[in-house]
Amino acid sequence: MIQFSEEKLNKVKEIIARYPEGKQKSALIPVLHVAQEEFGGWLDVPVMDYVAELLSLKPIEVYEVATFYTMFNMKPVGKYVLEVCQTGPCMLNGSDDIINYIKEKLSIQVGETTADGLFTLKPAECLGACGYAPMMQLGKTFREFLTKEKIDQIIDELRAAAKN
Amino acid sequence: MKLLLEHAHVEGIRYYDAYRKHGGYRSVEKALKMSPDEITEEVKKSGLRGRGGAGFPTGMKWSFLAKPEGVPRHLVCNADESEPGTFKDRYLMEFIPHLLVEGLIVSSYALGSNLTFIYIRGEYAWIVDILEQAIAEAKSNGWLGKNIAGSGFDCEIYVQRGAGAYICGEETALLESLEGKRGNPRIKPPFPAVKGLWGRPTVVNNVETLAAVVPIINMGGEEYAKIGVGRSTGTKLMSACGNINKPGVYEIDMTISVEEFIFSDQYCGGIPKGKRLKACIPGGSSVPILPANLLLKTAKGETRYMNYESLSDGGFQTGSMLGSGGFIVFDEDQCVVRHTMSLAHFYMHESCGQCSPCREGTGWMYRILKNIEYGKGKMSDIELLWDIQGKIEGNTICPLGDAAAWPVAAAIRHFRDEFEWHVLNPEESQTRNYGLAHYADPVYVPAVS
Ligand SMILES: Cc1cc2nc3c(=O)[nH]c(=O)nc-3n(C[C@H](O)[C@H](O)[C@H](O)COP(=O)(O)O)c2cc1C
Ligand code: SF4
Repeated sequence: MIQFSEEKLNKVKEIIARYPEGKQKSALIPVLHVAQEEFGGWLDVPVMDYVAELLSLKPIEVYEVATFYTMFNMKPVGKYVLEVCQTGPCMLNGSDDIINYIKEKLSIQVGETTADGLFTLKPAECLGACGYAPMMQLGKTFREFLTKEKIDQIIDELRAAAKN
Repeated sequence: MKLLLEHAHVEGIRYYDAYRKHGGYRSVEKALKMSPDEITEEVKKSGLRGRGGAGFPTGMKWSFLAKPEGVPRHLVCNADESEPGTFKDRYLMEFIPHLLVEGLIVSSYALGSNLTFIYIRGEYAWIVDILEQAIAEAKSNGWLGKNIAGSGFDCEIYVQRGAGAYICGEETALLESLEGKRGNPRIKPPFPAVKGLWGRPTVVNNVETLAAVVPIINMGGEEYAKIGVGRSTGTKLMSACGNINKPGVYEIDMTISVEEFIFSDQYCGGIPKGKRLKACIPGGSSVPILPANLLLKTAKGETRYMNYESLSDGGFQTGSMLGSGGFIVFDEDQCVVRHTMSLAHFYMHESCGQCSPCREGTGWMYRILKNIEYGKGKMSDIELLWDIQGKIEGNTICPLGDAAAWPVAAAIRHFRDEFEWHVLNPEESQTRNYGLAHYADPVYVPAVS
């Protein structure tokens, strides 16, 4: 059954309490973030239905929002999502080479996940790190000034982390 | 001249104690002894213009806020920062979060907002933690909550995370998103000042704008207005990137020349590997790109300066805009066609899809640019691009349509020969770049080193 942990439920309550009475729909996007984190990195239909129930919304109100925003994944993703920025300023600093290198190294195309379920390569639009290009988002953090060597390091680091 | 980043490098400035020791929260103490209207008056006198891109006078915006009896009002801080080339707000929030919190408290008091939100782009996830910590510290020190410093004013600030949508930087899309909806911009009027968040009067301001309220209150609006030049008062954060030696965020007073900003070691530090300057987008991806010759000097041959008026001298024919302060520099090896294609992809991806000219036009422009870039373009495609961009501009609900059209228009206006070269040399253009042509001064020697 889909159910937030006690801790997450309290977090949700705290979020709803920020808004005036009757405006709990404002909590939708923050709660979807919590849900995606809790339920495997993507938003399956039953998860969205659960969020709808929690916030007293119609399921369609949740679907239409979840599908609008690129950070919400509508299908399963790898344990680690490498979101490499491909917009202008990163491009000026060689993001094409970085993306190609990752494709080759992991033998996947953009948008795909490795067979072991560890890595997804997702192209991203400008992430606000243009001065530190090329870069990617990895979970909650940014990895900046990327080089091929850095990519090797990051992937080794994540493979090791996944084993533990 | 530094007003915002003066203490950015002080050890521990991210936390309350160090921040307070360096004069933090003085503006709140001062403001709470003034009336809200007096604060708005100081902001008006300061000449502060919105730092989010449009440069609208902040004091005037505040004075438009409707104040119907018994209806709550809100202040919303726009920290969506998604315009390619722009990363100044991130720097400010990451390193001196208390400056924003302080500015928000003063501004909330001036506007009568008891419930204030910071809407931050979802990808800045770690900055949410930094801001929430700063808010908690401010609260435990009595600067937030009920009856702040005995003034009778109550205020709470919450951080709301977006989830990846450039369009949510547009103020009405932002408000929709904050209400838990898709980020579809609203038709204006009504303006947010009358009907904003939950239908209540709302002011939306950029992070840097609200942070600037702190020095304005501390030094007084008139003193602030003496910094800078003409209607470009105070200091401006510039985020510099692309092909420069020292990318990063710089606080400038708006009297320095573009040449100094690019070549001086105090700022961008020139172009790596001794390469030459080809072009620059001076104010975020939406503003027109300029070739080096028009960037450093206006069409009249005058020095171009880093301020609102000088950068827009010549209009869109020969000028650009200061915009959001996202300064993107191109060296001689960069391909304008490829870059324009990348930006077209960005706008196609980010269009909310409500208006047909924007939804269809952005995709159409991208596909044509892709053909030209990959050697499959025709001469008539260049005319077609020109035609499409002209039909998007001014025909949409929000300015994203214009923002998508302008970069394409400027690229064709100033770099048409590069587009033509791609069409005429489909094979060669796949293996080498067009280079400089007549875009740069042939023997350009920077006057400053
Ligand atoms: C497509 C689009 C994106 C925008 N993105 C931002 C943004 O990320 N941050 C911002 O402060 N303003 C952004 N703006 C401008 C806002 O609509 C609004 O004018 C601004 O937040 C007002 O604040 P200011 O007066 O302090 O500049 C954007 C506008 C458009 C049309
Ligand atoms: S101009 Fe584009 S982004 Fe703006 S409302 Fe219309 S379709 Fe949406």
